[in-house]
Amino acid sequence: MEITIQTVVFLFLALFITLTSVLTVTTQRIVRSATYLLFTLFATAGIYFLLGYTFLGSVQMIVYAGGIMVLYVFSILLTSGRSDNVERIKNSRMFAVLAAVLGGAAILLFIYSKYQFLQVGDNKVTEVTIQSLGTNLMSSNKYGYLLPFEAISVFLLACIVGGIVIAQKEEDKK
Amino acid sequence: MISIICYLIVSTIMLCAGIYGFFTRHNLLAMLISVELMLNATDINFAVFNRLLYPNGQEGYFFALFSIAISAAETAIAIAIMINIYRNIRSIQVDKINKMKW
Repeated sequence: MEITIQTVVFLFLALFITLTSVLTVTTQRIVRSATYLLFTLFATAGIYFLLGYTFLGSVQMIVYAGGIMVLYVFSILLTSGRSDNVERIKNSRMFAVLAAVLGGAAILLFIYSKYQFLQVGDNKVTEVTIQSLGTNLMSSNKYGYLLPFEAISVFLLACIVGGIVIAQKEEDKK
Repeated sequence: MISIICYLIVSTIMLCAGIYGFFTRHNLLAMLISVELMLNATDINFAVFNRLLYPNGQEGYFFALFSIAISAAETAIAIAIMINIYRNIRSIQVDKINKMKW
């Protein structure tokens, strides 16, 4: 296996994702947890760029890192109380969860190693053109995604209305 | 040429970190962050399967795209619910949420 720049970039991203995603769930303070999540999301966008899916990587950076993380930070600032920083977890419970998670990971990796993946795509970066993307997203033939696109738009509208209804103050009821 | 196993190992680690955080955290926001980790791992899997196993199709690409949109909507709703809970009981720790409104 020759060392190409792609391999080096992948190894860096893999180590970075491993480190930050483990730190996301093990750090005690929630602001740090959100910051590590931000780094994980950026590294995930890097993996999409490495695969040649530049549009997907851009969407990941804009929607996740731009939109969702702002929501997280604001809601952390809105809802963090005085005693919320330190979480005490029972040791027995933590070890049980750790054993279950590690067992699940071992089973998954065993299945991956046993299954014969028929890897036909090479790692040559061939970008999906924006034109074919838009044509597929807006067409209703065999490989078209018009129906999910419209369903997503109605779904987002329902979420906007639902978010406003849930988060508004209930003063008029009293 | 990077094997598909390498990508799958990365996404497995991310998924298991998310599951671990979902079970051990007591803060609702931290649990939501763990859910985001799990969703991200599945998105990586979609993109990698499409790229390395079926490079002529675009199904995994679109699934990842729609999954990002859905997770954004889900996060917005969940945070709205959490802010409402905080307004009512002044805390979003799961062990303090032990009674419903009615």
